[in-house]
Amino acid sequence: MRDILASDVIMPTLTPKTPTTGLGRGGDVPSPPDGGDDGRFPDSNLPDYGARLRRARLGLICGIFTVSMVFISLTSAYVVRRGLPTFDNLSQAYVRDWGSVQLPWLLLAINTVILLVSSITMEGARRDITRRAALAPVKSIPGISLGEERGFPWLATTIVLGMGFLAGQFTAWMELEARGFFVNTNPNSSFVYLLTAAHAVHLAGGIVALLWAGITAVRQKPVEARRIAIDVTAWYWHFMAVLWLYVFALLAIMK
Amino acid sequence: MATSATTHAHAAPQGFIRKYIFSLDHKVIGIQYFFLALTAVWVGMFLSLLMRLHLYWPNAVLPLVGEIKPETYLSLLTMHGTIMIFFVLTTAPQGGFGNYFLPIQIGAPDMAFPVLNMLSFWTTFVAFVVMLSAFFVTGGAPLHGWTGYPPLSAVQQAGPGEGLGADLWIGSIAIFCIASLMGALNFLTTTLDMRAKGMTLMRMPLTCWSWFITAILGLLAFGVLLSAGILLLMDRNLGTSFYVPLVVVNGQIMGHKGGSPLLWQHLFWFFGHPEVYIAILPGMGVTSQILSTFSRKPIFGYKAMVYAMLAIGFLGFMVWGHHMFMSGMSPYSAFAFSILTMCIGVPSAIKTFNWLGTMLHGRIRFKTPMLYAIGFVSLFVSGGLSGPFLAQPVLDIQLHDTYFVVGHFHLIMGVAAIFGMFAATYYWVPKMFGRMMNEFWGRVHFFITLIGTYAIFMPMHYLGIAGGTRRYSQYTEVAYMQKLMPIHGFMTYAAIITIAAQFIFVINLFWSIFKGPKASDNPWEATTLEWTTATPPPHDNFGGVTPVVHNGPYEYGVPGAARDYVMQTDPAIGAAH
Repeated sequence: MRDILASDVIMPTLTPKTPTTGLGRGGDVPSPPDGGDDGRFPDSNLPDYGARLRRARLGLICGIFTVSMVFISLTSAYVVRRGLPTFDNLSQAYVRDWGSVQLPWLLLAINTVILLVSSITMEGARRDITRRAALAPVKSIPGISLGEERGFPWLATTIVLGMGFLAGQFTAWMELEARGFFVNTNPNSSFVYLLTAAHAVHLAGGIVALLWAGITAVRQKPVEARRIAIDVTAWYWHFMAVLWLYVFALLAIMK
Repeated sequence: MATSATTHAHAAPQGFIRKYIFSLDHKVIGIQYFFLALTAVWVGMFLSLLMRLHLYWPNAVLPLVGEIKPETYLSLLTMHGTIMIFFVLTTAPQGGFGNYFLPIQIGAPDMAFPVLNMLSFWTTFVAFVVMLSAFFVTGGAPLHGWTGYPPLSAVQQAGPGEGLGADLWIGSIAIFCIASLMGALNFLTTTLDMRAKGMTLMRMPLTCWSWFITAILGLLAFGVLLSAGILLLMDRNLGTSFYVPLVVVNGQIMGHKGGSPLLWQHLFWFFGHPEVYIAILPGMGVTSQILSTFSRKPIFGYKAMVYAMLAIGFLGFMVWGHHMFMSGMSPYSAFAFSILTMCIGVPSAIKTFNWLGTMLHGRIRFKTPMLYAIGFVSLFVSGGLSGPFLAQPVLDIQLHDTYFVVGHFHLIMGVAAIFGMFAATYYWVPKMFGRMMNEFWGRVHFFITLIGTYAIFMPMHYLGIAGGTRRYSQYTEVAYMQKLMPIHGFMTYAAIITIAAQFIFVINLFWSIFKGPKASDNPWEATTLEWTTATPPPHDNFGGVTPVVHNGPYEYGVPGAARDYVMQTDPAIGAAH
């Protein structure tokens, strides 16, 4: 027997009879099912489209968080700048210089409808490609024919509507300039241009993604690969529609 | 269908360009990030050397910049801060080591989105080139400091360097934001979705946790900086008035009115404070990893370490106002920000005590990575202790804009994070390049750097308490500041010696990469997955095998085990917990 040291009390020596396997979380048997990919991949070495779709959707969720942060910070700038009084040297008093903008309401309403319809057609494209991906294995069975796949051109319609929305927004800016509201006319007009342009840039990114999805269709990529591109873009597109409703409401309510 | 022999998403590339330049391999991209940051750190360090020389010898004509005018000094200061924070502290720990080792440590063949990964590196590279180009345009680099406060940063005529130079500066930051957002997205998806069988979240090495939490911070913070930067660009170039009130420059009224400089400060620091943790968290992760490995003991309180990092990340978003105590903030807000700031002391103390607990009674192997990890803890404590001082609004009013602040953030954010990177370099270069680094010169480098950085930054605290203001280019004209000049002299000599010692590091690094002794697969006898594969790892990381994880990451000194450590892939050692 050796003497008991103070250090043994702080950090007692471990003996083989008490097999503590460390504070770095010991091994559990069997492996818990929540560990990464386990259980979901069979031993096949083929690219797993289900896993790739899940991964792409997860990436998209992260991307939506990012875009949301951009618009949240723009909104907070909007709210702060709107409520801010400014000291006027002439009247020696604090005045609000937020100003007003005559928005082209009808035009913006039409644009909103166009974008919402495009969201519906996008959902059509997403469901269409999901159905095709589900039927793909059936096609390989000899003697089975699903007939000519000539569905409604959902994707092309969405691209056209998306470009129509952008053209409509551009027209709205032209209309604003015609009414004498430029980007530096007053803080209100600055924010109108800023928020609509920020949304338009993000939507344009969605159109690029849709064109890319269209190109993969032309290049005869497997239907599953196309499905991933279209599915993720569809969710992004719906997010863009919601984001536009938000921007529009902000501009309309907090004038 | 594809006939690839492995689950790896892309085949090994053949040509030089696909293999080494526009590579999709996370390992090559990690090395690219590493060398980008190494280049940037030399640029940033050279700028700091020029500043230190000028502070002690104000009339000296210096190489490359000639005579240093006050505006030259300010542009050196701006570019030093910006390059160091964005292209070194944010780039190397996360983009460099994170990119290389996150997929290997969780048992994945690559990042979740390899093409996006390549894009984020090259976008970062473009941002760096744009940032450097600000030196060479008319008027030179901007003067507004890395924080870019308007109206100085928002008015083209505010000074030399505030023209095209400042536009390039903001443009570079915006490009960098996009690159970081792409990187963060990739890190999060990889960590959540690419873990090997058995690699539960609570079995991840603490390095992976730190990269994961850093990515969350980046994802939420860089978007805010991006919007703030766009508003600033509009104020500068489109005549809007988001930030700029009615200002008069050289007797001339600018077109702006009614904007709020404080709006920029809020948006900037909402990004800026999490950015501090983006820089330091990966250092904490690698320090935990190395302390455990070289003490041959499990990390003390693994779960507490994870939750402490999460708490630091969470609180990091709530304390931005402590940078703005001097801005006329309501005392009630200042109180809230002050309390929340001091709350960060709690998880930080948990981490520090756990690091000490890890070393306690360990059979410590004092290799160079271990020395740097201990140095990290030392700097984290001494830099951190001045934090609660600055978190007091009352004390901050005295200490604001003095060298006390400079000393504080250089120790905790600058040098501590750099020590984390040094530790990671000495620890992982054997795996990355297959060669061991020289141990003797590593130690020489460590001791000179440790003593040198303390000699540079500790006196700054005294200087600040004595009233030494920061950001001034010359202190010789003011009577009370003249008495402080010997301290400046001491710091300048210390800086010259410390910077000279960094040549030891780069020579050691490059010599070792080409001529060092060959490293075995597991030279440090560590347990995590990167040490189970070949050195350097094959293209798909594990040579066609998908690792299966049975154990936690820090099983050292396991009683009854054949060796004194159990690899994560070894058969399970029993459910003791």
